[in-house]
Amino acid sequence: MKTVAEFAIAYEQLLGPDGKPLGALPGFATDAAEMVKMYRMMVLCRMFDAKAINLQRTGKLGTYAPCTGHEATHVGVGAAMRTEDVLFPVYREYGTQLWRGVTLTEILTYWAGDETGTNFSGPVEDFPWCVPIGSQVPHAAGAAMAFKIRGQARCAVAYVGDGGTSQGAFYEAVNLAGAQRLPVVFVIVNNGWAISVPSSAQTGAQTFAQKGIAGGVPGVQVDGNDVIGVRSVMEAALERARGGGGATVVEALTYRLSDHTTADDATRYRSAGELEAAWKIEPLPRTRAYLESLGAWNDTLEAAMHAEHTRIINLAVRQYQERAVAGVEAMFNHLYANPPAALAEQRDCALRNGPGKAH
Amino acid sequence: MAKITLVEGVNMALGRALADDPDVVLIGEDIGINGGVFRATAGLQEKFGDLRVQDTPLAEGLIAGMAVGMAAQGLKVVAEIQFMGFLYPALDQIANHMARMRNRTRGRLTCPVVVRMPHGGGIHAPEHHSESLEVLFCHHAGLRVVCPSTPARAYGLLLAAIREPDPVIFLEPTRLYRLAKQDVADDGKALPLDKAFILREGDDVTVVTWGALTHETLQAADQLAQEGINAEVIDLASLSPIDHDTILDSVSHTGRLVIVHEAARNAGLGAEIAATVAGKALYDLLAPIERVTGYDTVMPYFALERAYIPTVARIIEGVRRTLQG
Repeated sequence: MKTVAEFAIAYEQLLGPDGKPLGALPGFATDAAEMVKMYRMMVLCRMFDAKAINLQRTGKLGTYAPCTGHEATHVGVGAAMRTEDVLFPVYREYGTQLWRGVTLTEILTYWAGDETGTNFSGPVEDFPWCVPIGSQVPHAAGAAMAFKIRGQARCAVAYVGDGGTSQGAFYEAVNLAGAQRLPVVFVIVNNGWAISVPSSAQTGAQTFAQKGIAGGVPGVQVDGNDVIGVRSVMEAALERARGGGGATVVEALTYRLSDHTTADDATRYRSAGELEAAWKIEPLPRTRAYLESLGAWNDTLEAAMHAEHTRIINLAVRQYQERAVAGVEAMFNHLYANPPAALAEQRDCALRNGPGKAH
Repeated sequence: MAKITLVEGVNMALGRALADDPDVVLIGEDIGINGGVFRATAGLQEKFGDLRVQDTPLAEGLIAGMAVGMAAQGLKVVAEIQFMGFLYPALDQIANHMARMRNRTRGRLTCPVVVRMPHGGGIHAPEHHSESLEVLFCHHAGLRVVCPSTPARAYGLLLAAIREPDPVIFLEPTRLYRLAKQDVADDGKALPLDKAFILREGDDVTVVTWGALTHETLQAADQLAQEGINAEVIDLASLSPIDHDTILDSVSHTGRLVIVHEAARNAGLGAEIAATVAGKALYDLLAPIERVTGYDTVMPYFALERAYIPTVARIIEGVRRTLQG
């Protein structure tokens, strides 16, 4: 027998855990102002996460999905995208969304069980959070098909988790993107765990990046804790897609340092040792060390940033808590452009009975 | 004006929509050079190109899912599911995303998609090709469900569905695809989406049905008329929302109601109609409401499908039960 097909998966890492560059860095990485902007966003995500978890623990927020540990992946992806690209998130990629203009208040509003949060700021065509796992991936392929039909140089970016790649919807979307050379980048955030199931139990494949190969889509792995590596790999994939070169699967290797959500307790299923090891290679210290090596960061700037972020987060929380909560009619008002007459009776009933009370 | 079949009415509406609106895109399996397994898209790819009339990979979940992404970009997607038994993988996308996008984004994103699919049995097809699953869609807010019963209504309702800013499930009765021809003008005129059609007026009993069974119901009404029993036959056409007013108006002067549908009885649409009439017009009723439906069995292989699908005789029997006593 002869070999009729072969593949290889490249691994990219530009900034090691100690913050030292591993080879030549792309242009943006030597732009201190741009790197500071990315670092500031990563820290904002980390600080917001802590605040949101506190709000949930004190009964002021519903179940919340934290992002701690993923900041380099999320911010790297956001920084690589253009405004006219379209994002298809899962539900914890706040760094990408904040970069694109979604607000902290809107994120809190969503997790408070209020649809108003889904009508968020930022690029109006970006998709909302997607809870049914993997089902957002075909949406990105569909948007990419629209770009292709209309001859637009835009790109769709779909997030999916390591667990999400087990869904048929993921394969179906990748397969379409390969068959039709669609301008879409599939970002697999391999954070080690799908709630309690380790990524090793999701697949027998050596990498998640190679899950694109069978669909005719090349895959690449990147250190998802390396914001320079993530942005660099994403920029290349986006540029290729916009130029008609087709889709890419990017596997970002990171770690979910938090519980899956505030309703989860990860100590039930993973070891303290594993978590401890993951904290040693987390994204923030290496980014800061790199900024310091550029002469662009120091303790004074760090302290000032923390004070500023605290102010921004507290303001967002206040706006969230003081927002006008949707009335019961909101359930009915957005179902149809032309609502069926029969709904009016139920709407009247809902209005008559009011918002109800939690027990 | 051309004499055309129902499937030709579908084809004519699709061609008209593609010609009138550059945002209209057709996707599905074998809809391109093959023109669809029922020929509903015959000739359209040749005329409008392989991006606007597009064969997809063989994955119904993908068809519905990509339609969501395309529609949110402002395209008006008409997706074909080849047979109704194959729609289940698409239901996740239809229920969780297509139906909800407007509501969950408070109108920021919408899904103007038409999902077309054959409906019902009676054409000697293999298993999973003959289902009547309209209730799966009627239960979901955010969707409209439409089922035409003539070439003219297929043309006018499909144009309306495509122009509607929200998702519409468009069920095409396979048994009627080529059963009869009718003069239909390609005038671009849409029919109202939320109105039932009174096919025949009568004072003795109201018979509500839709899709292919309008055919058997009208035959039953003809036979009953020979005995002096005048049935008012209503083609529901819009299965969600239901035009309850037309049904209630009719029952107010007939006092009797028979609901005829091919889908299984248990939790079928007939139950919803019966409950509404009982709730709003119980005192207009002179007899218990009758349902003549498919049985609560699996849709049989085609050797027994005619035993499953309500017949003219069963419809007449149902009407007679409302006239007893």
